Amino acid sequence: MARPKTSAGDVLFQGGTGLFALFIVIVTVGIAFVLWGRSSLTIAKFGFGFWATDRWDPVSGNFGARTFIWGTLYSSFLALVISTPLALGIAIFLSELCPHRLRQPLAFLTELLAAIPSIVYGLWGIFVLVPAIRALEQALPDWLRATPFFSGPAVGVGMLSAAAVLAIMIVPFSSAVAREVLKAVPAAQREGAYALGATRWEATKIALYYTRVGIVGAVMLGLGRALGETMAVTMVIGNTPQVSASLLAPQYTMAAVIANEFAEATSPLHISALVEIGLVLFTVTLVVNAASRLLIWRMTRRPHERSIVAPLVPEEKSA
Amino acid sequence: MRLRDRWRRLVSLLMMTLCGLSVAVALVPLAFILFFVVTRGITALDWNFFTQTPKPHGETGGGMANAMLGTLIISGLGALFAVPIGILAGVFVAEHGRSHLASIVRFSADTLNGVPSIVIGLFVYALVVLPMKEFSALSGGIALGVMMIPIITRTTEELLRLVPASLREGALALGATHGRAVFTVVLPSALPGILTGVMLALARIAGETAPLLFTAFNNHYWSTSLTQPIASLTVQVYTYATSPYDDLHRQAWAGALVLVALVLTCSILARLATRRLERMQAGH
Repeated sequence: MARPKTSAGDVLFQGGTGLFALFIVIVTVGIAFVLWGRSSLTIAKFGFGFWATDRWDPVSGNFGARTFIWGTLYSSFLALVISTPLALGIAIFLSELCPHRLRQPLAFLTELLAAIPSIVYGLWGIFVLVPAIRALEQALPDWLRATPFFSGPAVGVGMLSAAAVLAIMIVPFSSAVAREVLKAVPAAQREGAYALGATRWEATKIALYYTRVGIVGAVMLGLGRALGETMAVTMVIGNTPQVSASLLAPQYTMAAVIANEFAEATSPLHISALVEIGLVLFTVTLVVNAASRLLIWRMTRRPHERSIVAPLVPEEKSA
Repeated sequence: MRLRDRWRRLVSLLMMTLCGLSVAVALVPLAFILFFVVTRGITALDWNFFTQTPKPHGETGGGMANAMLGTLIISGLGALFAVPIGILAGVFVAEHGRSHLASIVRFSADTLNGVPSIVIGLFVYALVVLPMKEFSALSGGIALGVMMIPIITRTTEELLRLVPASLREGALALGATHGRAVFTVVLPSALPGILTGVMLALARIAGETAPLLFTAFNNHYWSTSLTQPIASLTVQVYTYATSPYDDLHRQAWAGALVLVALVLTCSILARLATRRLERMQAGH
């Protein structure tokens, strides 16, 4: 049978909805272009040096963003170190261990962490977490304080507080995805492991190994959130531009400097510098998120195309 | 051998306990945050808080009435902007699941969803605030709308996919055009779910601060003008929290309490609604 002619209504329907769909693409691409255009001043003036120097002085018109990059990367990295084991533990507990009755409520509660506004985390951070962290820092033994990671005065605001708040904020994202990914493990595999006499933990290890790609995706999704998180970090990190390995040191992040300075920035060069930081933040989160989605998608979309049999002892695979 | 088995079991028990503990560890901050927000917020939560505007610096008292109105206005604007675009784009993606454009749109929506909110603020500043030469409620609404669109699009797409193919086929068999089948049969049957998604998206963007800092900005006074700077609960909480005054700190906690109550109510309602929908679908 010949295809019936497309009616005018159908053309309108396709075109109309298509236009709105296209709008999303335009906005996304538009962000990159607008940020690029608005940061041309500093891109032309400082070039790559912008990212390699430390001096940030709006008064004299000197802009180097290395300290902010460092703060963003370091705080996100520390947050991942704290949140990854937590998120995995939650995902394993909820998907493998939890009594059926408790599963939904507990999952809902952990996801509530993602619903709390960033500003509330910040407020809580300033008035509750920071004093607690300060007390913790003051109680650190002297030999630990002598290491570069805990050097400097214990003021509370600083890298440790920022990492802690960030970790709490990204746990629900990573754990939700990790749960989805663990769901993609075929039941046959788990049953096979148990049939061979594996303990729960051994069976779980096999499931984790089987889903490793997706698990990395889950962690990276959390990383994407951490990199761009603004308010809570701004309120507890101390906003002091410096490159320091010390967890106690107040530092600064890319998102925080935009939040603090943009509304008051008046010189075109200063504005351009802040927008360039935004452009890089956009690019980095885009890459991290895209990679994360790719990994998660590979894991959850086509389980049937993957081998059901994973090596029982993962270590042997490297041979 | 037996010793080794015991050891394996012990390790298993230990690791599983650690997994259980990690749930507890994650819920402790949640409990702490809710506890402090409620106990500290409630002390400043009185009638004035809901009816008055901020007092001049240094004076105690006053409230966040204008900020609450502002949050309503900005979020409403955002929804007004995002709901039609989001739903129609979602319809397109669901109907053209395999086409190239649909995958590009899906990728863009996911990308947009992951863009840090402060960057959205920069984008809207350059696009709306600069030409208008003024911080405005309108630009704040647009910033929140841009954040809402991808959430609504993806929700719409997912829910449309859940609608049984027989419904659509029935409509097409009766001679409906493609568009008519979607708008009169498929979309309405997915609508309750979509509205739930919209509510969740609204709860999320109502709690946003970063994209408002240099779009809607802030305002000490009543304002309903779309072309003027406007206060919002979140920016107000930020300003108060970073100020040196104790009275303002108390008000910041109260503002946080209102925000959290708003967000939690929406989340819980949405969850109940989803459950009911699932049960209704299971009952078919």
